[in-house]
Amino acid sequence: MGRKSDARGEEVTVSDLKGIYALWYREVKVFQRERSRVVSSIINPLLWLLIIGGGLGSVLSFGGVNYQSFIYPGVLVQAALFSAVFFGVYIVWDKKIDFLKEVLVSPMSRTSIFIGKILGGSTDTLLQSFILLIVGYLFEATGILTGITFSLLSVALSIVFLVMTTIGLVSIGLIIGSQMESPEGFQLVVSFLIFPMFFLSGALFPIENLPGWLSPFVMFNPATYSVDGLRGTLVGLNRFSLGLDFLVITAFSVVMILIGTYAFRKMRL
Amino acid sequence: MHIIETRNLTKRFNSLTAVDNLSLQIEEGEIFGLLGPNGAGKTTTLMMLTTLIPPTSGTAIINGFDIVKAPDQVRKSIGIVFQDPSSDETLTGYENLKLHGLLYDMDNELREQRIQEVLTLVELTERQHDAVKKYSGGMRRRLELARGLMHHPKILFLDEPTLGLDPQTRGHIWVYVRKLAVEEHITIIITTHYMDEADRLCDRLAIVDQGKIVALGPPEKLKKDLGGDIIRLRGKNGQFEELRGLDFVKAVRSREGDVYITVKDASIHLQEVLNRVGKVDSVEVRPLTLEDVFLHYTGRAIRDGSPEGGWAEKAMHAGRR
Ligand SMILES: Nc1ncnc2c1ncn2[C@@H]1O[C@H](COP(=O)(O)OP(=O)(O)O)[C@@H](O)[C@H]1O
Ligand SMILES: [Mg+2]
Repeated sequence: MGRKSDARGEEVTVSDLKGIYALWYREVKVFQRERSRVVSSIINPLLWLLIIGGGLGSVLSFGGVNYQSFIYPGVLVQAALFSAVFFGVYIVWDKKIDFLKEVLVSPMSRTSIFIGKILGGSTDTLLQSFILLIVGYLFEATGILTGITFSLLSVALSIVFLVMTTIGLVSIGLIIGSQMESPEGFQLVVSFLIFPMFFLSGALFPIENLPGWLSPFVMFNPATYSVDGLRGTLVGLNRFSLGLDFLVITAFSVVMILIGTYAFRKMRL
Repeated sequence: MHIIETRNLTKRFNSLTAVDNLSLQIEEGEIFGLLGPNGAGKTTTLMMLTTLIPPTSGTAIINGFDIVKAPDQVRKSIGIVFQDPSSDETLTGYENLKLHGLLYDMDNELREQRIQEVLTLVELTERQHDAVKKYSGGMRRRLELARGLMHHPKILFLDEPTLGLDPQTRGHIWVYVRKLAVEEHITIIITTHYMDEADRLCDRLAIVDQGKIVALGPPEKLKKDLGGDIIRLRGKNGQFEELRGLDFVKAVRSREGDVYITVKDASIHLQEVLNRVGKVDSVEVRPLTLEDVFLHYTGRAIRDGSPEGGWAEKAMHAGRR
């Protein structure tokens, strides 16, 4: 600690572990108390699944599975995308109420603070993903959805994909949040990012159906690989190999963590 | 060794110099005040001392550590209560303190014990399991005060600790701060734009204006250096050159038909002053306040920033003591 000159929060030390836990503890407590946040984060994806999926399902089907089942993995990614990236807005709020100063003035390194925030945000998002997985299972069991494989293996693989995706997405939100002054500004920037990410991910239709000039955007979109991986796992329809999907998502998350650590170190009040 | 030493500490925001070559030394165990009007650079100074913003130039040594070279070590030595609320409203008072203990890597047993100790100190034990959003402004302030000292910092910074609180609550906070200084043996740096607060609470003061120290010393000494009392004569005009020559007269100012004469001790010298000036409509005597000290060094009143304004208000203040 403080070996280099201007060593401001370089490394994660054992003494930071409790602090990392503290940041996670806070998110979980707040999340528990703001139940409406949980409910609305579940309702939205369900509306997509039932209304869009149901409405278009009567005229559409891709790859031999019914349309609702086709978009179910896409809806999982969509839900994760919105809630994970929007988690970054809380850091903007923390700046406003000065809670961030309380954390920044503690002995914790900036890197540890970033890790604590990722854990907190990922827990929120993953909890929501688990609920959606359970809902999906119940829908499949009752015949509302058909053609989705819920086995131990497919669920475990889905969770792996969701965890890796969520970590990267929470990092994006935190990076943007660390640079923004106002919640409105954050909202604006994030909207410009997540809507294209969602629509160009293949969540709602096969990416082959998009005009060719969009294909670079599709290929550079990490959500594409999350959707592909989850769809391969749950519905058996994938364009890339699951291994490639996993590699791309992991690489994406690692890069985002690195950028995020840097952004937090440079973060100014 | 001084517990805090700033060396030409400077912060510029574009063209504005918020803190201008600040050099001062603070002794271990004292309650040191930074007194100045809004915008004087008090908060900016604390932000630099607590490593939250880097200085533009200069530095400070806190508890033996350089704020620029060893910010991590500095952060381990200090606690701070920010000017604006910085607790999480959704969490309870207890949870906010627990969070703090975790952030400072306190031993679990010690943490729980300390939480109850500081809650007792600020009399919030009963309300510890209520969400902070249900607290009053004063309670929230007390909670943050408790939090700031929970991890046994060597130095505690308080940024305008009674800003916006009612007089009764302010009085309470002063009592807590005094109690702290005695019971916890810590050095306390307090910023304020309240004269009475600086006067009552601080062992030593730096009066700051536009990022610079204009006067430094114990409140009593700052006042004594300028004189002891102010005599205000109504219905008199002129320069009273003969008064200026007297050794007990520190200053004579004429304004709006009134004359203000600063003397060492009005109880001794009032008669002589009256003898010399002749008949007046009325006389008012009051002890010199820090407000007068500020006015003397900056030519402006601390409250409104306008030159020599607010006498009525100041007189009222003086009368209250
Ligand atoms: N982040 C900032 N950017 C630009 N100017 C600032 C910033 N912070 C403070 N200032 C300016 O610096 C001066 C000192 O502010 P501050 O330290 O808050 O004063 P005080 O706490 O004594 O009221 C003010 O003129 C304020 O507007
Ligand atoms: Mg201030």
